[in-house]
Amino acid sequence: MYTIHELHEKLKNKDLSAKEIASMYIKRIEEQDGIIGAYLEKNFENALNDAQKVDERISKGEEIKDVEGIPAAIKDNICTNRVKTTCASKMLENFIPPYDATVIGDLKKDGALLLGKTNMDEFAMGSSTENSAFKLVRNPWDTECVPGGSSGGSAAAVASGEAAFALGSDTGGSIRQPASFCGLVGIKPTYGLVSRYGLVAFASSLDQIGAFTKDVEDMAVVLNSIAGYDEKDSTSYKMDKKDYRKALGGDVKGMKIGIPAEYFKEGISSDVKSSVLDAAKVFESLGAEVVDISLPYTEYALAVYYILASAEASSNLARFDGIRYGYRSKKFEDSIDIYINSRTEGFGDEVKRRIMLGTYVLSAGYYDAYYNKALKVRTLVKQDFENAFKKCDILISPTSPTVAFKIGEKINDPLSMYMSDVCTVPINIAGICALSLPCGMSSNLPVGMQLIGNYFEEEKLLKAGYAYQMNTDWHKMNPELRGGK
Amino acid sequence: MNYETIIGLEVHAELSTKTKIYCGCTSEFGGQPNTHCCPVCLGLPGSLPKINKKAVEYAVKAGLALNCSITRASRMARKNYFYPDCPKDYQITQQDFPLCANGFIEIETKNGPKKIGIERIHIEEDAGKLLHVRDGSLVDYNRAGVPLIEVVSKPDMRSPEEARLYLEKLKSILWYIGVSDCKMEEGSLRCDANISIRPEGEDKFGTKTEIKNMNSFKALEKALGYERTRQKELLDGGGTVHQDTRRWDDSKEMTFVMRSKEHAHDYRYFPEPDLVAISISDEWIKEIGQSIPELPDDKKKRFIEQYKLPEYDADILTSSKKLADFFEECVKYTDDAKSVSNIIMVEMLRLMNEKGVEIEGLKITPQHIGKLVNLVNKKTISSTAAKKVFDEMFTTGKDPDAIVKDRGLIQNSDTDFIKGIVLKVLSENQQSVADYKNGKDRALGFLVGRVMKESKGKANPAIANRILKQELSK
Repeated sequence: MYTIHELHEKLKNKDLSAKEIASMYIKRIEEQDGIIGAYLEKNFENALNDAQKVDERISKGEEIKDVEGIPAAIKDNICTNRVKTTCASKMLENFIPPYDATVIGDLKKDGALLLGKTNMDEFAMGSSTENSAFKLVRNPWDTECVPGGSSGGSAAAVASGEAAFALGSDTGGSIRQPASFCGLVGIKPTYGLVSRYGLVAFASSLDQIGAFTKDVEDMAVVLNSIAGYDEKDSTSYKMDKKDYRKALGGDVKGMKIGIPAEYFKEGISSDVKSSVLDAAKVFESLGAEVVDISLPYTEYALAVYYILASAEASSNLARFDGIRYGYRSKKFEDSIDIYINSRTEGFGDEVKRRIMLGTYVLSAGYYDAYYNKALKVRTLVKQDFENAFKKCDILISPTSPTVAFKIGEKINDPLSMYMSDVCTVPINIAGICALSLPCGMSSNLPVGMQLIGNYFEEEKLLKAGYAYQMNTDWHKMNPELRGGK
Repeated sequence: MNYETIIGLEVHAELSTKTKIYCGCTSEFGGQPNTHCCPVCLGLPGSLPKINKKAVEYAVKAGLALNCSITRASRMARKNYFYPDCPKDYQITQQDFPLCANGFIEIETKNGPKKIGIERIHIEEDAGKLLHVRDGSLVDYNRAGVPLIEVVSKPDMRSPEEARLYLEKLKSILWYIGVSDCKMEEGSLRCDANISIRPEGEDKFGTKTEIKNMNSFKALEKALGYERTRQKELLDGGGTVHQDTRRWDDSKEMTFVMRSKEHAHDYRYFPEPDLVAISISDEWIKEIGQSIPELPDDKKKRFIEQYKLPEYDADILTSSKKLADFFEECVKYTDDAKSVSNIIMVEMLRLMNEKGVEIEGLKITPQHIGKLVNLVNKKTISSTAAKKVFDEMFTTGKDPDAIVKDRGLIQNSDTDFIKGIVLKVLSENQQSVADYKNGKDRALGFLVGRVMKESKGKANPAIANRILKQELSK
């Protein structure tokens, strides 16, 4: 399995053509995806045509961009012009958007090859990708296990070599947790760094598009393409484009890394805890200073998250009503029936659960007790981080309390499922950035650590992550799969 | 029992921005159904709103013209409800932090001027339009996303008439400052009213009802009158008023229940997470303030003072900014403002009305009107001739000097010339002469008219009058 930067070298040196690369990945998908189930929609013909154009540019001696000719997979809640975007929901089973999300426009402009759309938890709600209305995704490391969620399809695609990188969305950990379960690098950028235009909204104030890659260098390459101001997204942050590759290299001597005590309490498996603490020791050996930090409001973050995210989701998902597009029930007498029956038949259980919760916390009489209170606690969670970043450059924690769990294990226990996001959720609440990267193995499954950074300090995360990977080999491990490595 | 009526109005006005409030689609009225639409105004999955700065500017302008304070840090909120004309099934509006608050409008009541308080003005998006056909219902989203302001008054009105005066004044101000075309027939100005009654002297408000769907000033006054009587009869008969939302039926001249309080919506407002807070700087407010023209009331006062016009004239001339500007342009060419006012009010408005011409389509220029007034005042032409000249100026746009010259209308004050005509007229109208001598003064007017006609309007009427009287007294 290749990284983006390896493929880029091969293209530049003409060891492989873009068409050969595309065909190689397409072959891999054809061999593997019957088991893995990462893809919902394949777009091979377009990818091969685009590869042809890249090859033409190379043959003319033109300089190619870092992601040019590199095959990518896209989570199916990111709108793609004239390609189905279903959010893994019966509700949008046949929805074909008439426009591209801004990130898709960026990738197309930079010449990436879009292989297809990946499976996910319906409307990005879930932590195992078992909530897809269409099919299961299996973890390439152990096909009896979940890949994590909600961006499980994107994670599994990259981990199984069915894409060189993938885009996902992260509302409460939906990139970092599957990255951790599948032994990948995953980023949740600072809120506002990557345009949300074209991302089908789950919880607008928490959603952020990010990516899965094989290593940290690749992550810098992908961020270079998708990060930046977009006038179509009013929450997009106005700043000049950065070159994230410049953050790579250099040593971490003197960097202050905080260990927040609240992220290592009960509920965290001992293997995960020891792997992450070992990683901290690696940083120490590289000259970083490790300090103990406390984030006292962490225990409320999960509750705040499920109130705010559900409230926004109940409103964002109102438009799926059977009137303009998407699923419409055949049983109706009047418009009220259309709403009720279409939504009853079109949405899955987890989506309904959150719509009901969100409707409740916003309703008159409960708004102050729940929604408004949650907003206030959100401010406290933010202040926790602001205080921590006065004392250190980045924080280190587990990404998920455990390694990948078995398919079916938690699907009937929503609360235990929600607990798998306990380490990732506070980052979305504060709107800061975090990077997950592999740091060990437990029962033949990857363990992920989370590096947490202050607003728009992705460079610090990339720098630390890169230094770690230069001195360890966890990111070079690959799952054994039918069809070989 | 005697009751006091309490009325408050909620007025929606469509802003005259070129584009919609959250996207770049045209906000023009009409068009083939669903042609003024994009992913944003249709609320397609993944699309995001972006606020139109011009809409904010217009709302602030309205706020300043209506004496409001402007909220420096304002924000949008979502109002959630399911309805097919609402693309996202929520409306992006304002709730806790409206753009403008605490203003007032002054109206002229029978008992003198009265201030009606304005509680708030906020911005929001309009919805689409439903069209019900035999086989079902169709939706046109062209109007979805057109910017609106909602102007919410305080419950300060005490009669249907006051409510009408308030709405008329509000319309004239919004139209004057150019933020809305206020066409009630196209729905760009819409009004809902809250009305309750309470026994005279009572402090506590009675139960109110809300009336929707009143699309003219007359309908507003009638509907409120009907509702006042209905509530009064209910209370006098020992009944109670229910807090209903009612619809006004213009043809039946009655209100009907649309929904009762038990079925009232819970809109589940919360801050719109897709839009950042709106922050308004002092400099911007100052800039917007400077773009507000003189308002009708101020202009009227100034016209009375500066041009010594009667209130009636000032009222008509300032009823539209364009007319007022036209008048002031005319006055640059003559000292006689009252005569200009007369010509505009009597001749020009009549002809414009007859021919269906708007101010911008006029051929006649202010300079020519000024000249015409001066021609009459210098007695170069008679006022009778002036009417003819005006008619021709209006149709052709020609210079009055040229018309007077071409048609030989210069006034003749030559006594011999006029006396000749007078004698001719007297000999031809013996009956009128007899009438005059029998004390019928009206006959004199008739004879003067004949003289003017005989002279083709050229005879100086004062001199004609004098000579006539002389001859008749012989």
